[in-house]
Amino acid sequence: MTALLETRALARTFGAVTAAADINVTINAGEIVGVIGSNGAGKTTFINMVTGYLPPSSGEILFRGKSILGKAPRQVMRAGICRSFQVAQLFPDLTVLDNVLIAYGMLKKGPLSLIRPLSTVHSIKQAKVLLEEYDIAEYLREKVVTLPQGVRKLLDIALAMIGKPQVLLLDEPTSGVAIDDKFELMDTVMRAVRSSGAAVLFVEHDMDVIARYSTRLIAFYDGRVLADGPTAKVLKDDKVQELVTGHHLEISYPKEVSHA
Amino acid sequence: MRYSTMFVISGATALLAAGLVMPGWLTFLLTLALAKGLVVMGLLLLMRAGMVSFGQGLYYCLGAYCVGIGGDYFETQNALVLILLAVLVCGALAAVIGLLLCRYRDIFFAMFSMAFSMILYGVLIKSSSFGSSDGFNVKPPLLFGWTPGGESGPLLAYGLAVVAVTAVGIFAWHYLRSPMGYAGEAVRENEIRVEYLGISVARVIYIKYLLAASMAGLGGAITALAAGHIDPEMAYWTTSGEFVFIALMGGTGHVAGPVLGSVLFELIRTYAFQISPYTWQMILGIALLAIILYLPKGVWSLVERVTKRTAV
Amino acid sequence: MKLVIAMLMDGVIYASWLFIIAAGLTLIYGVMRILNMAHGSFYAIGAYAGASLVGVYLAGGYPPWGAYFMLLGAAIFSGALVGILIERGLLRIMYGRDEVVMILVTYAILLILEDVIKLVWGVDAYFTYQPYTLLGRTKLAGIAFANYDIALIFVSASICFLLWWGLNRTRNGKLLQAVIHDRDTAAFLGINVTRMFTVTFVIGAMLGALAGSLTAPGISVMPGIGVEVIILAFAVVVIGGLGSVGGALLGALIVGLSRSAAVHLYPDAELFVIYGVMALVLAFRPQGLFAIATARKI
Repeated sequence: MTALLETRALARTFGAVTAAADINVTINAGEIVGVIGSNGAGKTTFINMVTGYLPPSSGEILFRGKSILGKAPRQVMRAGICRSFQVAQLFPDLTVLDNVLIAYGMLKKGPLSLIRPLSTVHSIKQAKVLLEEYDIAEYLREKVVTLPQGVRKLLDIALAMIGKPQVLLLDEPTSGVAIDDKFELMDTVMRAVRSSGAAVLFVEHDMDVIARYSTRLIAFYDGRVLADGPTAKVLKDDKVQELVTGHHLEISYPKEVSHA
Repeated sequence: MRYSTMFVISGATALLAAGLVMPGWLTFLLTLALAKGLVVMGLLLLMRAGMVSFGQGLYYCLGAYCVGIGGDYFETQNALVLILLAVLVCGALAAVIGLLLCRYRDIFFAMFSMAFSMILYGVLIKSSSFGSSDGFNVKPPLLFGWTPGGESGPLLAYGLAVVAVTAVGIFAWHYLRSPMGYAGEAVRENEIRVEYLGISVARVIYIKYLLAASMAGLGGAITALAAGHIDPEMAYWTTSGEFVFIALMGGTGHVAGPVLGSVLFELIRTYAFQISPYTWQMILGIALLAIILYLPKGVWSLVERVTKRTAV
Repeated sequence: MKLVIAMLMDGVIYASWLFIIAAGLTLIYGVMRILNMAHGSFYAIGAYAGASLVGVYLAGGYPPWGAYFMLLGAAIFSGALVGILIERGLLRIMYGRDEVVMILVTYAILLILEDVIKLVWGVDAYFTYQPYTLLGRTKLAGIAFANYDIALIFVSASICFLLWWGLNRTRNGKLLQAVIHDRDTAAFLGINVTRMFTVTFVIGAMLGALAGSLTAPGISVMPGIGVEVIILAFAVVVIGGLGSVGGALLGALIVGLSRSAAVHLYPDAELFVIYGVMALVLAFRPQGLFAIATARKI
């Protein structure tokens, strides 16, 4: 069975700086993969390369067996790989509703209409349904610039999901979100994602989030893949503990999340 | 038909009728103002996408010269034919230039667009066959051999201006509400996001550029027919600067802004010049500063506040 | 051969005064990120101030060689005055706005100054040719060049050297470079960015005025010269790279020589060639020939 997403010897240098070297990663349908690594380890560079925003210096990227090397982000997105951003990329001066309407509007196949209105009873209803799925429907008419961070991240992810991707790459979905809200956010996201059957790869700094949601874990260090395997095993790996997470890390798997 | 469209069309009809009784100087002023308003409407589309062009004069001038040269070359005074020629030529040039220009942003887009209009200026100034810096005269327009009121072109040009502004205005209004129009807003707000939503930003800007160029050509063509004279000044950078000025003054929040701004501009310019020829530019400059400081959404935002209508 | 010398000399002469005005424009942009459309007005004010002051001076019967000092003085004084008034009085209020909005602000200032000039100096042309003709002519390869123009080349070169030295060899120059590269970091390091802005704008204004006053004896000073010149200065600065004084030098030479070549070989292309070169550079190297780097977005 061909892997859904595969990178082979993916590498990227910026002058004297090696941002990524020899990245070999394979993602299969339905997997939920966590990615950890300190800042500058190459995690966002990896996502930028896979989605076509940054051309790799060398290597290959295969999606469903076909090369997507050299494709622009808009082509990669339409092929079926979507992503969210470390800093939510939204349209700040427009309302949440407009943001969603635009996303749905851009999605249509074929040239965009110059005359038919974007905002119709039907399209607004469609937007409301999406926002309800992510629990942010109450912010419908608010301008994005006024939204709290957690809502922005959710909207960013919701927009990524509109494309019904087969692979979803989340870049630090809970960064900037209050600790008490992290699990709630991830629960919402995972609920929406699981029903679609997409493979998810999410970058995180919060080990609790990693431990709770990922079944597989990739650790980046200095532009290379340090470890790649079942989450618990990778977290216990000596090298990973030395270079990324720190020693004597105790992971607890709480049965219930306490909202104290 | 929508209520607002009916309102606009009846307003236009009233204007047309008024043209028959208005004093000649007013028809002339309004025609020029409306024609410029067309150019600025095109500029509005670009500015809503975050691109400020300092070179719309290129197409304004080209459209006018198409009418002038086309009229002589094809030996016709048929207004519709000449206008169509102007729009097509401008569209064609924009299709070529746009491929290059639309990859630029901010200052570079402004400078590059300015450079192109100055290139046209430089070419025309030195071409004696087109009258060099004096330009040349344009014969009055005819509508398939007929002219209203028996007198020459001005009324016809006025009528064309009103019809053109109304038609283009209605189109622009719908356009701004369409996916393509919203795409422009999106590009202004966050280009990266647009690319990640599956749309080519370059293509969105390109189409807007084509539309803006065609509108500018249309405006230039009508100006040529109304004024009866064209010269290279139309491509000089200060003309393009005026268009940007009018866009700011009228406001880019509504398609009526450019028209309102243009009429106001012509009125101010005419009267300020009559009162004191040495201070009208100063008055304009101060007005521009005041608008930037206190009315960044232009004069139309005042109308909005009074009528409590929402933007776009 | 005669043609080549004529072309080269004319080109370099043209480049000399272009450099002076472009240097001011690019410096202002580099430090303040403002593309100053009113720079053309500084040129015009310098020209009018120089021409009128020399006219009054010579009419007073003073020794002719003092006229050159009058030109310099007029430029420095008018440039500084206008520069300070505009920067302190107007630009301060507008800081922090979008780059394109700032261009429109300076455009408004241009409009205002155009009329101020008309109100102060009237609309008649000033033709104060004495400083120009006083120096006589020299023959180079059989072509007569005005010594004034040749002197201009040296003056311009000195200004270029002074600017280079000031930016690279003095403490304040290095501080200015820090502000050019990263305004915020410079501020965090304790550099008085506000004062740097004022100083830069005044120096830039003085350079613009100097270009005007030095050119004045050779031309007919009349309304509209500022508007014509600013677009040339833009071309130079875009070609050389916004913010780079070295770029202004290279850009001035390129524009000067191209124009000269056009004038001698194909006069009809004179205006078109300058903007053609500007468009070409924008097409292939939009940052200009010497540019400053930009950072990562996502």
